[in-house]
Amino acid sequence: MRISECVEISASPQEVWDYIAEPENYLRFMSGVTRWEIRGERRNGLGARYRMLIRVGAAEVGGLIEFVEWAEPRDMAWTSILGIDQRGRWRIRDLPDGRSRVELRYAYGVAGAGIFGWISEKVAAPTLRRHIRRTLHQLKRQVEHERLRNEAQRRRGAREAAAT
Amino acid sequence: MPTSTLAEKAKQNGSGDGGPAAEPAGGQLGGLLNGVLGRAAGSVKDSLAARLRADLDDRDPDYIRENLPLAWLIASLWFRAEVRNLGHVPEEGPVLMVGNHSGGNVTPDTTVFTLAFSTYFGVERRFYQLAHNLVVASPLGQILRRYGTVSASHENAETALSTGAALLVYPGGDWEVHRASWRANKIDFAGRKGFIRLALNNDVPIVPVVSVGGQETALFLGQGGRIARTLGLDRMLRLKVLPISLAPPWGLNLGDFLGHLPLPAKITIEVLPPVDLREQFGPDPDVDEIYDQLTRQMQEALDALAAERRFPVIG
Repeated sequence: MRISECVEISASPQEVWDYIAEPENYLRFMSGVTRWEIRGERRNGLGARYRMLIRVGAAEVGGLIEFVEWAEPRDMAWTSILGIDQRGRWRIRDLPDGRSRVELRYAYGVAGAGIFGWISEKVAAPTLRRHIRRTLHQLKRQVEHERLRNEAQRRRGAREAAAT
Repeated sequence: MPTSTLAEKAKQNGSGDGGPAAEPAGGQLGGLLNGVLGRAAGSVKDSLAARLRADLDDRDPDYIRENLPLAWLIASLWFRAEVRNLGHVPEEGPVLMVGNHSGGNVTPDTTVFTLAFSTYFGVERRFYQLAHNLVVASPLGQILRRYGTVSASHENAETALSTGAALLVYPGGDWEVHRASWRANKIDFAGRKGFIRLALNNDVPIVPVVSVGGQETALFLGQGGRIARTLGLDRMLRLKVLPISLAPPWGLNLGDFLGHLPLPAKITIEVLPPVDLREQFGPDPDVDEIYDQLTRQMQEALDALAAERRFPVIG
């Protein structure tokens, strides 16, 4: 089962990338995610591994994932090593006026689970779609807020420099 | 792979060879009949002993993984289950999880917890559950063994813990699981303290697991302890109870031997912080003191979970 949602953000692709490349931010903006822990030596980048869990229905599902694509500032993708089968992808594309279009794709399932696997994927889809929509809205809010804060800080710095 | 030797022990005790039961009582026909019955009983006992043998290798992570969706559907849609604070279970190493047991022979709390544990830590983490001999020996036992269910005995528990596994036990067992519905929110281990000695002997932490809602999946009328004793079920089958309940599809359900269709009661499970017995109770702890403290702590957690519920079954 694959779910895909997108959002437009008033920030450059690089600003969005910088935010989602930081593993500490995931618990702040990923809806339903209860764990996003670094596993291994790499903090981020190609080959970085995390233990992630997301609450869906009666269980927290997920497992060990690894980032398998890291093309700054456009594409970032992960795949599962342990736990349920999953693939995720961030696609960040440039828009006019310094804006970005951000798409989050998420594919999941349990290989070999048969008819119950298919049914559970269908049953879980609305919850996961809700989580992904909320994730993108929270990402938009956080990145735009970050951008406004940085701009305000820059203006304040410029004012203070002019005054001295 | 270490395995316990329950079958061998059964044979040593004379329960697995079919011999002692085959003594002729008198007369050729009587002797023949006794011989046939004795051989049949011996064969049943042999088969039972073989089924109770705890081979930890029976646990099949791929099977568990492939069946997680079915368990998830049952837990999410039927029982609207919620499992809290699984993070209290140590990330690695042997651990003894001690739960209150509910729901008659269907035990929905075990299904829900096994699902939650398997998705949280991954099916790769060794996880075993102790169950009554009759459950493990039943036709369903073959499936349960693939989930890591082994026959409840000290030897099997020690074997599981020695491999570094997480082990789930229900000290109240068949007694607690059939308690009357009006005592649904009471922890009742019937004074069984073997789990404490097990934790002390193996130096593993105890993680209390408290669940609510399981005893609302049928109307449990009584444990029938006196009837079980009168019929000698305790001696023959290690059964302390002969429960009576009202449950679909049977209506009046005596014994619950075939299980029942559980009502869709909301099940909530809370995992409490781990207890390191020697750290908390000293190097030579008193088992009774630990028992009182643990059951009190679990009762308080159960009271809090019960207070969250507004209606039976609905939750």
